Amino acid sequence: MSEQIKKFMYLNRRAPYGTIYAWESLEVVLIGAAFDQDVSLAFLDDGVYQLVKGQDTAEVDMKNFSPTYQALGDYDVTKLFVEKESLEERGLTLDDLMPLTYEDEDDDWAEKDSIKVVSRAELADIMEEQDVMFSF
Amino acid sequence: MDSCLGYAKQGSAVLMYEDGIYGAIKGTAIADKIAAASGVSFYVLGPDLKARGVAEDKVVDGIEIVDYAKFVALSAENDKVQAWV
Repeated sequence: MSEQIKKFMYLNRRAPYGTIYAWESLEVVLIGAAFDQDVSLAFLDDGVYQLVKGQDTAEVDMKNFSPTYQALGDYDVTKLFVEKESLEERGLTLDDLMPLTYEDEDDDWAEKDSIKVVSRAELADIMEEQDVMFSF
Repeated sequence: MDSCLGYAKQGSAVLMYEDGIYGAIKGTAIADKIAAASGVSFYVLGPDLKARGVAEDKVVDGIEIVDYAKFVALSAENDKVQAWV
């Protein structure tokens, strides 16, 4: 079997709760994390809503899966690209999103931000570098 | 939302729920169109705002935040109901 590490990107383009896509993506990311690939997540279009802080689903009788994003760092999923234009189009800023961090083992376990806001053009370049893309 | 507004007439009521609540947020292109729609009443379902982390102060002025009971009342008050899915 090939030991080659591939670049996997998960594209998240839908809002949480209204459809199952956001949650399914998160499940696949966590399963895929076991395979030691170079994983990154992209949040664009309505997908940026997945990371909005303060989600409280008690009154709609659904599982609030937003805390799970905090666990991604423990699975070595530390690259979350959020598209700047998608945030702006929705009146959102980085401050509206959950602070997500990871501990960098190569830098004395320093706590670092997982979320990186990138422009549409930058994200297009990042997409081009990938070997595999999963769209949700 | 754009499409829905195209069919909303004087006296219509529009209730935003589930992912539709994103249409009720201030500072978007849709917000201006809501303000311009005269004679149409707008409502948004509070529990769906909370689920998505949207604070009530982010909702466009003039949109009434309602609970499930008001959702039922609106469905009864308006003689035709269309789910704009």
